[in-house]
Amino acid sequence: MSFLELKNLDAHVGRLPILRDVSLQVAPGEVRALVGESGAGKSMIGKAILGTLPDAILVTGGQILLEGEDLQRMRAKDRRRLIGAKAALIPQDPLTALNPARRVGPQICNRLVDILGWRRQEAEARVVELLHEVHIPAPDRVMRAYPHELSGGMRQRILIASAFAAEPQLIVADEPTTALDVTVQKQILRLIRDLQARHGTALLFVTHDLGVVSKLCQSMTVLYGGKVIEDTSVDQFFRAPGHAYSAALLAATPKYTDPDSSLMPVPEAVISAVEAEIAAHDAAHQKGAV
Amino acid sequence: MSDALFEIRDLRLSFPDLAHKPLFGSAPRIEVLKGLSFDIARGDVVGIVGGSGSGKSTLGRAMIRLLDVESGEIRFDGTEISQLGETDLRPLRRRMQMIFQDPMSSLNPRHTVARLIAGPLHLHGFDQIRARVDQALSQVGLPLSFRSRYPHELSGGQRQRVGIARAIATEPEFILADEVVSGLDVSSQAQVLNLLERLVSDMGLTLGFISHDLSVVRRLCKTTLVLHRGEIVEQAETAALFGAPTAQYTRDLLDAIPLPEVTPGWLG
Repeated sequence: MSFLELKNLDAHVGRLPILRDVSLQVAPGEVRALVGESGAGKSMIGKAILGTLPDAILVTGGQILLEGEDLQRMRAKDRRRLIGAKAALIPQDPLTALNPARRVGPQICNRLVDILGWRRQEAEARVVELLHEVHIPAPDRVMRAYPHELSGGMRQRILIASAFAAEPQLIVADEPTTALDVTVQKQILRLIRDLQARHGTALLFVTHDLGVVSKLCQSMTVLYGGKVIEDTSVDQFFRAPGHAYSAALLAATPKYTDPDSSLMPVPEAVISAVEAEIAAHDAAHQKGAV
Repeated sequence: MSDALFEIRDLRLSFPDLAHKPLFGSAPRIEVLKGLSFDIARGDVVGIVGGSGSGKSTLGRAMIRLLDVESGEIRFDGTEISQLGETDLRPLRRRMQMIFQDPMSSLNPRHTVARLIAGPLHLHGFDQIRARVDQALSQVGLPLSFRSRYPHELSGGQRQRVGIARAIATEPEFILADEVVSGLDVSSQAQVLNLLERLVSDMGLTLGFISHDLSVVRRLCKTTLVLHRGEIVEQAETAALFGAPTAQYTRDLLDAIPLPEVTPGWLG
């Protein structure tokens, strides 16, 4: 059984569709990528799952099932508790995710104390243990540091530790390495993969970087305009993408080993074909609603 | 006239380390550029790569004198410019332009596209400004109807084209492009890179291309300069450097790039 399942999820800002009939499944321990260009809706899916969509965006249809429980039908308080216990986020930019005016330690512990009702001492001990696990030297000192005193890679390690602290079964990672150097990125990816494998956590990895997908993920969902374009295994995607848009996206990705054949912009014809699919979908949907 | 557009010798620059400033007295200095020497040939497209904090942006900005240098020489087209004052630099500024990483923060949001592109033209006393703006727009592949648009009305790729149009409008010899595609989707990135490549050959430009993305540098640049902690660890023709990197740091950088292909065991 899948741990997370989205069934025909729709979301709107006013009358503008943000997510269109999105369905996907994540099995326990699975590492799935959500891929797409900006505006594809990949981050919105992550936010919808964690219940952190901006107020203006409303889920207008479909279901989000976490271990079979329909999040949309739960009371807000119960939903918050369930999500807090079962899922966690690794955000893109650790500098905005951490409060600059407060020490790092209490910030990470708060989640455990406030949402899961742990005792503070318990939470602190657990976080120190995890800081060890993410290879942070002198965790006690780091707990007392302010965010600006740490490097970007260090801050990201801390948020990774924080995400894994409550042993969630699902982690949504929203472009967690985009702001990092390639050498640091590789270390962080390895860390996420190691922790994910050791704890058996399912991972939903939101990214625009097909290189990262190919190294970390098993399955992937390609999105465009809030609609699922392709749902496939990573092996299959890089061997033979199943959709013209996926193939074009892959061809647009630069490869230093193959400088001459890479870097074809996504052709206009492919974009218009995808736009036409979306328009047809919207038209059919409106008819269905009436 | 030598064929080097830039000749740089023992360039040094440091910033005060305010995080470690004692209560009294001056702050210790952090050396950002530690005596760099290199040439950039006319018509070259040189990639300047390195990790964050390697000094690549500082080097770029020092070269075109947006930053004051501490010591060393910068010869631009034979003229030593490292110690020139702003008045003497002014006529040279037309000849070296810059494209920034984030057009949303480098383009004034209250100005129309036409006014943005005309800015440097007014500054350098050009005539026929309207015709030059139109020409720059067509060179970057934007329709003339974009003249009256504002930056927020454009997509990321289109905004970056406006930044490029603004830089090429004064017909410079050298353009410094600092991470100009890192904020773009792969498809717009491919378009902007193809555009830069075309402009370089059409206009006979020399381009300094600062980037952390080695795949992009491999595609665009003729030569590449690798910076690490304020020092040049390697400078070579791009094909040679990627084919057989000599510096350990370059090899580490290349190894860390996740290529878009399945490689079991890459993460170790």
